[in-house]
Amino acid sequence: MIRRFFLPFVTLLTAVVFIGKLVSLQLVNSSYKLLSDGNAVIENFIFPERGYIYDRNNKLLVSNQPVYDLMAIPENIAPFDTLELSLLLGVSLSELKNQIENAKTFSVKLPSIILGKISKERNAVVQEKIWKYQGFYLLKNSVRSYPIPIASNLLGYVSEVNKNEMKNDNYYQLGELIGRQGIEKYYENYLRGTKGKKFYQKDRFNRIIGSYEKGKYDVPMKGAQNLILTIDRALQHYGEDLFQNKRGGIVAIEPQTGEVLSLVTAPSYDPNILVGRKRSENYRKLALDTLAKPLFDRGLQAQYAPGSPFKTLNALIALQEGVIDSKTSYICNGGHYYARGRFMECHCQVGTHNDLLSGIYRSCNTYFANIYRKTIDQTGENTAEGMNIWNKHLKSFGLGNFLGYDLPVGKKGFIPDAEYYNYWYNKGGWKSATVVSNAIGQGELLTTPIQMANFTAAIANRGYYFQPHFLKSVSNDSLQKVYEKKTTSIDSLHFETVIEGMHQVVEKGTARVAKINGIEVCGKTGTVQNFMKINGVQTPLTDHSIFIAFAPKDDPKIAIAVYVENGYWGARWAAPIASLMIEKYLNGTVERKWLEDRMLNGSLLEEYEKPYSGKPFVVNE
Amino acid sequence: MVYSLLVTFGIVNVYSATFKETLHGLFDISQPVGKQVFFLFFSLFTGIIILIINGKFFEQFAPLGYIFGILLLVGLFPFGKTVSGATSWYNIGGLSLQPSELAKVTTALMIASFLSKFQTNLKSSTTLLKIGGYLFLPFLLIVLQPDPGSALVFGAFFFPLFREGLNYAFLAIFISVLVLFFITLSLPIGAVVAIISLLIFILFFVLKNFNPKIKIWPFLISLMVSIGFSFSVDYIFNNVFEQRHRDRVNIVIGKEVDIQGVGYNINQSKIAIGSGGFSGKGFLKGTQTKGDFVPEQHTDYIFSTIGEEWGFLGSFTVIFLFCLLLFRIIIQAEKQTNKFRRVYSYGVAGIIFTHFFINVGMSLGMVPTIGIPLPFVSYGGSSILAFSILLFIHLNFDANRLQ
Repeated sequence: MIRRFFLPFVTLLTAVVFIGKLVSLQLVNSSYKLLSDGNAVIENFIFPERGYIYDRNNKLLVSNQPVYDLMAIPENIAPFDTLELSLLLGVSLSELKNQIENAKTFSVKLPSIILGKISKERNAVVQEKIWKYQGFYLLKNSVRSYPIPIASNLLGYVSEVNKNEMKNDNYYQLGELIGRQGIEKYYENYLRGTKGKKFYQKDRFNRIIGSYEKGKYDVPMKGAQNLILTIDRALQHYGEDLFQNKRGGIVAIEPQTGEVLSLVTAPSYDPNILVGRKRSENYRKLALDTLAKPLFDRGLQAQYAPGSPFKTLNALIALQEGVIDSKTSYICNGGHYYARGRFMECHCQVGTHNDLLSGIYRSCNTYFANIYRKTIDQTGENTAEGMNIWNKHLKSFGLGNFLGYDLPVGKKGFIPDAEYYNYWYNKGGWKSATVVSNAIGQGELLTTPIQMANFTAAIANRGYYFQPHFLKSVSNDSLQKVYEKKTTSIDSLHFETVIEGMHQVVEKGTARVAKINGIEVCGKTGTVQNFMKINGVQTPLTDHSIFIAFAPKDDPKIAIAVYVENGYWGARWAAPIASLMIEKYLNGTVERKWLEDRMLNGSLLEEYEKPYSGKPFVVNE
Repeated sequence: MVYSLLVTFGIVNVYSATFKETLHGLFDISQPVGKQVFFLFFSLFTGIIILIINGKFFEQFAPLGYIFGILLLVGLFPFGKTVSGATSWYNIGGLSLQPSELAKVTTALMIASFLSKFQTNLKSSTTLLKIGGYLFLPFLLIVLQPDPGSALVFGAFFFPLFREGLNYAFLAIFISVLVLFFITLSLPIGAVVAIISLLIFILFFVLKNFNPKIKIWPFLISLMVSIGFSFSVDYIFNNVFEQRHRDRVNIVIGKEVDIQGVGYNINQSKIAIGSGGFSGKGFLKGTQTKGDFVPEQHTDYIFSTIGEEWGFLGSFTVIFLFCLLLFRIIIQAEKQTNKFRRVYSYGVAGIIFTHFFINVGMSLGMVPTIGIPLPFVSYGGSSILAFSILLFIHLNFDANRLQ
């Protein structure tokens, strides 16, 4: 019996074992399916051309330009004159040979990049001769191009994704581009579009042998979109020119919409240097410049004391709280004793009578010290409550917090409250006199230029503002973002006196230089003390020159804040620059050539050198 | 019926495995599929002739056929064509013929004839020696080509011989040799010695319980022989085998995991089969197959194409068909009253089983790589012709059972 059934038994056993193995391979274990896909299917991407960026008048800010990658398939390379090719490409012989060796190591049958991002100019020469080199060919690619080298911090740049970005967003794969900083980063999804995918069947040498499943899994490419920004290209350009050889920033906002007309930060850089083969080298240089900080957007990130322009807000708060009216006046004796032996200086002559109007246009420290103390002391001994009322009003102007604009960087600034002073002075350990510096925009206050421009816009609008923003519209996207109108906690009737005061500043006050024929400009100068630790010693530097303004007075089209670091008093640099910007924006041309020339040619570079000279230096010259 | 299914499936899969855009049709003789179709028709034609011939002819023809087969094998040495190192083919007008395939047929006939013609007794050592000789001659000639894979198939004759009364000792030896071979290679030699000693002593004491008279020395001798065998396997494996043989064995017993080098074929084959899933990727849609990842896919690794494109269903069907075929042959063989025919048919079953076992096992990564075709399915004109002849002679015998 055993003899008869031996072979059938063995056959059956074999069949059962084989089927068992088949079950485990084909039905249970799914990893083989994945292995097979990795093995035999290749995913190719089709990238949409990155979207263009235009200004508010449809003038081009960013476009693309073709560059060329020299590719080679090693097995197709015929012997050639390596020296001649290296001269043609402008690289060293050893670099060229090295690249070809690398390509061979990678794969002899697949194309590799021998030299990436060859400029249009060099490509013209290479294109003509490349036929001589068998196995080499040029592959068109595109990089960013900037017709006018402006707004680099605002626009940002693109470069290859890094490992972290790939980990956080599985859309990206090695070697792909991503927007960095500014608009390029914030609106990356609009600008890049969505890459298409095509699946190909490949053979064991990784060569493509046809489409996979007749393109069943292919994903079509979704085109990138063009952006139209709120920026005015001409104004932006002009602002950057005015700021040459100076440090600081300009933010100009259209009050009725919250659209940012220009965002200047100086010093800046030519955005074209962050494109092409030298990108990383140039970027390193910019990042390593820790003194001038060209990558630091002063308009958004620099936190300065607001200085005298802040007096306008203190006046509005005092009016709203009813601690003064527009007629309230104080006598200035060239300053204000706020505590025994503590004196706040003022530029007024001894015995000057100041009401609200003249307090503003004379920028009287005494006046504002008084009304500020009245605001804080309105709740009697409980100064904490007065302090918090003051704080709440300022917050309604968007101070002390992010404004929510559409750029990836920013700073909150700082508006102190009772809790803050309780922490530093113990509860009850401080009085209105202790914190009187806030009256004139010094002390603990910190604001960024865009916050300054924003509250100026709120004053211009008599009590409301729109979230500042940079994107006007997206091509092929009818969806218009609606920006919320934010109303301040000050009733609109209180604004007129303050605005009249600001108008007087330009007409007969501290900033007569900012006057423009035919335009009613309202402004407020500021001169902000600042310090630097030099060898551990808190050393005063030349004051920052600042100015806020809006115009025209009764139908505001532009609200602007200008900071010129270490420019000394407000009317010296900031007011003329703001005024020229307003004239340029409203009139299209600038008539005051003498003022324009002074600003264009004026340089503060010597001033910036002083703290690093190692020698004692004089400030506020 | 089963035959035609297998053959058709074979054509379909050879078509897929060798599919290229340039293919003009099934009958283009310059392409593998065309050749295969040509050989198929030729085989069918031959098969019909075989069915017409009187069955007695084969019995008488057997010794002559055997000599003819041997001569063809010998003739390879001066006249054969060398392909990838092995002189295994005759080149006749563009078509290659592999006499080792034919030798299976003639040897099967010869063994059957020898066992039936003389009143041979499988218990006598002279008979055993003669049979050994008949088998060893073609085996040696094929090993010398060298084509050890095909030569190994002659081991298939163990099945008819055992059926006809070969001593159980041979079965015991056959199995213990296989088992010892693999455990020796899998485990360190010390462990093997320990295991063998333990097993034999347990066996001894168990048997001693039943029969107290049993002596210990036969057990000691078999222990000595076993250990000796283990050591010699170890020695042969490490010193006589070539590295590629060692690698093939090592991969199956899991000692080596090298998917880039020698393990590549098996790994790719497993990937292909595994990726087929339940119902497969569909005809001509196997990505592994189309990408040529599995080498020799239309011949030795045809089963991976089936696994990938037809999935579990297809693979299961193929295994099922082979079982069906083998069972039918065995049942028909058992019905034969004529000893010659019975031994022959049993030989056919043994040969087909051996091919099936080695080929599918290899594709699944369970048997070391031995390059032999899957009967009726793999590409190879000589193979399909030889298996057809084998089968049709069996069919002839079965049809004329009452003669």
